[in-house]
Amino acid sequence: MTTGRVIGRRLAYLVPLAVFGILAVYFAWGLNPDRDPRALPSVMIDQPVPEFALPPITGMDGPGLSAADLRTGEVTLVNFFASWCVPCRLEHRVLIELATQDKVRLFGINYKNKPEEARAWLAELGNPYARIGADMTGRVGIDWGVYGLPETFIIDRSGRIRYRRAGQIDRQTLNETIRPLIRELSQ
Amino acid sequence: MKALSLALGLLLIGLAPVWAVEPSEILDDPILEARARDLSRELRCLVCQNQDIDSSNADLARDLRVLVRERLVAGDSDDQAKAFLVARYGDFVLFNPPMKPATYVLWFGPALMVLLGAGGIIAYLARRRRNPAIPAAPLSADERQRLERLLSDTDTPESHPQ
Repeated sequence: MTTGRVIGRRLAYLVPLAVFGILAVYFAWGLNPDRDPRALPSVMIDQPVPEFALPPITGMDGPGLSAADLRTGEVTLVNFFASWCVPCRLEHRVLIELATQDKVRLFGINYKNKPEEARAWLAELGNPYARIGADMTGRVGIDWGVYGLPETFIIDRSGRIRYRRAGQIDRQTLNETIRPLIRELSQ
Repeated sequence: MKALSLALGLLLIGLAPVWAVEPSEILDDPILEARARDLSRELRCLVCQNQDIDSSNADLARDLRVLVRERLVAGDSDDQAKAFLVARYGDFVLFNPPMKPATYVLWFGPALMVLLGAGGIIAYLARRRRNPAIPAAPLSADERQRLERLLSDTDTPESHPQ
């Protein structure tokens, strides 16, 4: 038996270990509880905000919201919400905190919501939005690539989308991702 | 008999085509409508992610079906209508992923696996041909004697030599 074949045979003993290693990496990725297999990356990242112009919620004072409002040189949070969306209710406190404590400019897009229900919801929970546009048909949502509520976008000073959060903003995301990014973009 | 007709009825319900398109969504032009139906079957519903928008009852799927029809009525080609949605939702919205560097693994991975496997088998067979199994060594004189004793003398227990 040649030395080459001996080494070859010894290496063969390592095959199960290698297979185990590959499986371990695969499972570590696949079973990670922090990974959401349904999450989709946004193709809108680093794109300018899509063109749109929305009226305010019927019966509410204040301006509507259009793409031009996002190009005024200020970092802005745009939040898609509706009164029928339960996680939106949970997220609302965080949004109020961002608007009042952090003084972040926060705009809302009220997605497929009956005006009277949206008004009652904001009256109950407070209105942290500097501007709200009412997207009754959901068309503007589609233009932003929204596929569920809530969704939150961070717009930089030049009016480009820099971040998208699909789903409720939890404390961890707020402190580890959103706040640092807003600070960075505001500099 | 009653049970049989019930079973048949249930089977027929099961066989009925399932779609979510509502009458109000259907276009007057049957050719455009047929194109819209075909396109809708290639587009993924973003909410119920393994269903196409043609068969999904999700709100967003309905909106996208209407949108696809609007694009077709406006004169878009099928590819333009698809590109419109890909610009908003990414390649994920397509059930047939496009061929591009990011999807090479997806398209060529299976063929690569087959090639690797075939290569392994060929290498193994070639090595076996080059190094055929070592022929068994001939029996020594002692072994031959013992074999003969065993074969000829069935009565003598083989165990301990006397």
